Amino acid sequence: MRVSFTVNSEPRVADDVWEGESLLFVLRERLGLPGSKNACEQGECGSCSVYLDGVLVCACLVLAGQAEGSEVVTVEGLASGDDLHPVQEAFVEAGAVQCGFCTPGLVVTTHDLLRRNPSPTDPEIREALAGNLCRCTGYEKVLDAVRLAATRGVWTDAGDDPGHGLPSRSGAPRTRGRDDTRSRAEETGP
Amino acid sequence: MTVPAPPTRQPFAPTTPVTGGIGESPRRPDGSLKVKGEFAYSSDLWAEGMLWGATVRSPHPRARIRSVDTTKALLVPGVLAVLTADDVPGRKTYGLEIPDQPVLAWEDVRYQGEPVALVAADHPETARRAADLVAVDYEVLDPLVDPEAALAEGAPPLHPKGNVLRHIRIRHGDQAHPADVVVTGEYEVGMQDQAFLGPESGLAVPDGEGGVDLYVSTQWLHVDRDQLAASLGLSPDQIRITLAGVGGAFGAREDLSMQIHACLLALRTGRPVKILYSREESFFGHVHRHPARLRYEHGATRDGRLAYVKARIVLDGGAYASSSTAVCSNAACFAVGPYDVPSATIDCTVVYTDNPPCGAMRGFGAVQTCFAYETQMDRLAAELGMDAVELRVRNAMTTGSHLPTGQRVDGAAPVAELLQRVQAMSLPTDRPAGSLDLRTLPGGVSNTTHGEGVRRGVGYAAGFKNVGYSEGFDDYSTALVRLSVVAGEPQVEVHTAAAEVGQGLVTVQAQIARTELGVERVVVLPADTQVGSAGSSSASRQTWMTGGAVKAACEAVRDRVLDMAAARLGRPAADLALEGGVVVAADGAGPAGTAGIDLTDTSADVLIPLADLLVEELVEETREYHHRQTRALAPETGQGEAHVAFAFATHRAVVDVDTELGLVKVVEIATAQDVGKAINPQAVEGQLEGGIAQGLGLAVMEEIQVVDGKVRNPSFTDYLIPTVLDMPPVRLDVLELGHPDSPYGLRGIGEPPTISSTPAIVAAIRAATGRPLTRVPVRPEHIVGVPGPEATEGPPATAGRAGPPEEAAAGQERRDPDAEGG
Repeated sequence: MRVSFTVNSEPRVADDVWEGESLLFVLRERLGLPGSKNACEQGECGSCSVYLDGVLVCACLVLAGQAEGSEVVTVEGLASGDDLHPVQEAFVEAGAVQCGFCTPGLVVTTHDLLRRNPSPTDPEIREALAGNLCRCTGYEKVLDAVRLAATRGVWTDAGDDPGHGLPSRSGAPRTRGRDDTRSRAEETGP
Repeated sequence: MTVPAPPTRQPFAPTTPVTGGIGESPRRPDGSLKVKGEFAYSSDLWAEGMLWGATVRSPHPRARIRSVDTTKALLVPGVLAVLTADDVPGRKTYGLEIPDQPVLAWEDVRYQGEPVALVAADHPETARRAADLVAVDYEVLDPLVDPEAALAEGAPPLHPKGNVLRHIRIRHGDQAHPADVVVTGEYEVGMQDQAFLGPESGLAVPDGEGGVDLYVSTQWLHVDRDQLAASLGLSPDQIRITLAGVGGAFGAREDLSMQIHACLLALRTGRPVKILYSREESFFGHVHRHPARLRYEHGATRDGRLAYVKARIVLDGGAYASSSTAVCSNAACFAVGPYDVPSATIDCTVVYTDNPPCGAMRGFGAVQTCFAYETQMDRLAAELGMDAVELRVRNAMTTGSHLPTGQRVDGAAPVAELLQRVQAMSLPTDRPAGSLDLRTLPGGVSNTTHGEGVRRGVGYAAGFKNVGYSEGFDDYSTALVRLSVVAGEPQVEVHTAAAEVGQGLVTVQAQIARTELGVERVVVLPADTQVGSAGSSSASRQTWMTGGAVKAACEAVRDRVLDMAAARLGRPAADLALEGGVVVAADGAGPAGTAGIDLTDTSADVLIPLADLLVEELVEETREYHHRQTRALAPETGQGEAHVAFAFATHRAVVDVDTELGLVKVVEIATAQDVGKAINPQAVEGQLEGGIAQGLGLAVMEEIQVVDGKVRNPSFTDYLIPTVLDMPPVRLDVLELGHPDSPYGLRGIGEPPTISSTPAIVAAIRAATGRPLTRVPVRPEHIVGVPGPEATEGPPATAGRAGPPEEAAAGQERRDPDAEGG
């Protein structure tokens, strides 16, 4: 089948898409955008986080066909040319990047958090990032990066993040692959 | 259709000017690419005409293959090849130390998930469906899954040489060992997974002349290449491996996964072949941390001096050898912990079973024993009525101490200081009494109590392990360093085969080059097999070993450049130095003023800019760095200088436990670690914090649950790694005491954070609950004291073990010191 949608403000068309392909697969393998990562492909790790019509989703849990006619923003769409987005800059500066496989998902998730809540408290940061797994950092430097990005001033007005066509959606409901703002440990273990 | 660019050899060129030599924390050269989603991981690679590979895996942990029928799979449109063991042209087995693992199984299947056949097709789903159509006729056999049963007389041999992979026997000191107080215990460590986020993947591209280029995420390029050459029936120079972006490793990329498979398919089809494991397949695609059963007996004098330690350790190696023999050695060598022990009796055995193969994971044998010996130290302290930290300090290893292997510990061994430092740190404030913020409770917003049963506990632990490869292995790394002038500016290129796996080695290599050559612009080239081996990014060794090689190559380049400058300037080279891209007078060598030098710089010390000295000349040197020779352990006594150096850390854990629900919230971890020299302080912190998270995972969350040889939780839904909600704030105390033998005095840092963090957390839970907790990971049922739902189908009981494990192991009994124990 053919799937047409907007990615990072550009209209894109993917042909010969098998109906079972996810949005993640089409982005990575058919549209040349491998920035969204494929660590679990079952909505547990958040490394494929993208915006779908302004809503943060796991691209692995969206069928490509569901994206027809929609507007998708990926991690590749956040920087302006060679200039890193302040969230991206903060992740590099704070040492929140080690292997970096979780980083694109964390960057997009943090971008979404700070759009909604420009000055999050630590518990709010932890809650917002709870669906993103990182195996390298122990999250300390990730928290530093989010705090640093929040101080960089571009977040004083939610939705005032230029250039990406993302609507302000303070208070909008969040949709994720899994309804998970809880600790994983509490699900089956101590 | 738009496609990503094929893999290129784009170097990690810094996107912004960087400064920073050793001791600073410059930006990662790959940082900008990673945050933009432009860093090319092995799973991101693409090539024109590329096929996708899929692997047919055995659903049975033990079976005999009667036949493999590929007919139906080959008929699927889009399928280009289906391969079995008959198609492996060279050696049909591989392995890091013992080549006992089939590339593709042919007669026997020894673990669930063992590869049996391969498919290449033009779409990954086509390949997977065709793989389902490969008809394997199995004679299903009963798996041998209990390591004790595998050791028993008359157990069926799983491999021709029997089931014992290695047994290490250490006898140290007077074996009569009188003691006033004796404490015994039995402990169990579950099977942990490295759970890197970037799944096994790579792209094999046939070169059209019978050879192959492989782009892959791995930890040791040259050992991959040599194993590939053997099984593909090629010479090593027909195989070129380039490190693709690595999404974490933690030991799980030491063994081969898809490397031979992708190359077989590429050479058969003549087209590039990519293999990418799903998360579920990844759980079957790499080795895990060895599950362990450990029986300990500690004897001490009344005043708290260790008199002897007896340890019997059994590690489940699973189906194939992997690095089990080295893990066994580590478990044995470090079995008593960082303590002075006058008498030790240690028997450590690693055994084949039909469970998933186990091998390298961060901590490598030292993790399992640390949980046991640190629990023993706590029990001993309780028995003696002594503070647990005081007991440890009283017995702490120091410089000049001897391991049970007889090896003298040289360099700093600040165990007592590290313990005292974590103890001296202020404790976090108590949870506000009556707080209604559920987020502060164990279990967070899922907590169904009001916290009435929440108790706080504090626990301590110390641990250590070796740095670098041991037991006589000639451990080395190779670096090529090239200095030239590019666009009027001096530039250094550093080329090694060392695997950047996330730890920041690319940053460190550049830092060393800047410090040694005084040139700001450094490009670290992609790691590949076109330069000599760097050894593995394992054993906390790579900054030491490859850092040492880069340093040596830089020194050689510098010597040549200063000789050139000396000839040009008519001054002795000893009077010259490199700094800021120019040749300057070395300290005390007097001012400049040599005739004919154009001093555009106002600094009086500038003698000649490198750009003017080198012009179009290129200075290149390659050096190997070898660490001090080590020796094998003597067979009967386990004595020998087996290790080159040691790394130490201590941890203090503070936990809140909901004793009614069995839920744990780790409130804070404090750690002290001697890193020798922090080459990159920010990266050091990242290693310490990340390692602690993995230790926390083993303490309370992470276990591959294997029942009758079958993995029950191969997904991130069921195998839980810590989230940001599980990981507490970490307090760091980083010591830089220096090591006499290493470059810059650095010490390996990657593994100690995972070693003693686990027992510290469990000790804290014990302090909060009074439960014995002899097994990790700790589960809710261990805390609330009722049998869990898995009581009837949990891991098989140890042969001969009496009673419920928690209660039986809880006994702190006095024994006749002369009685045979252990």
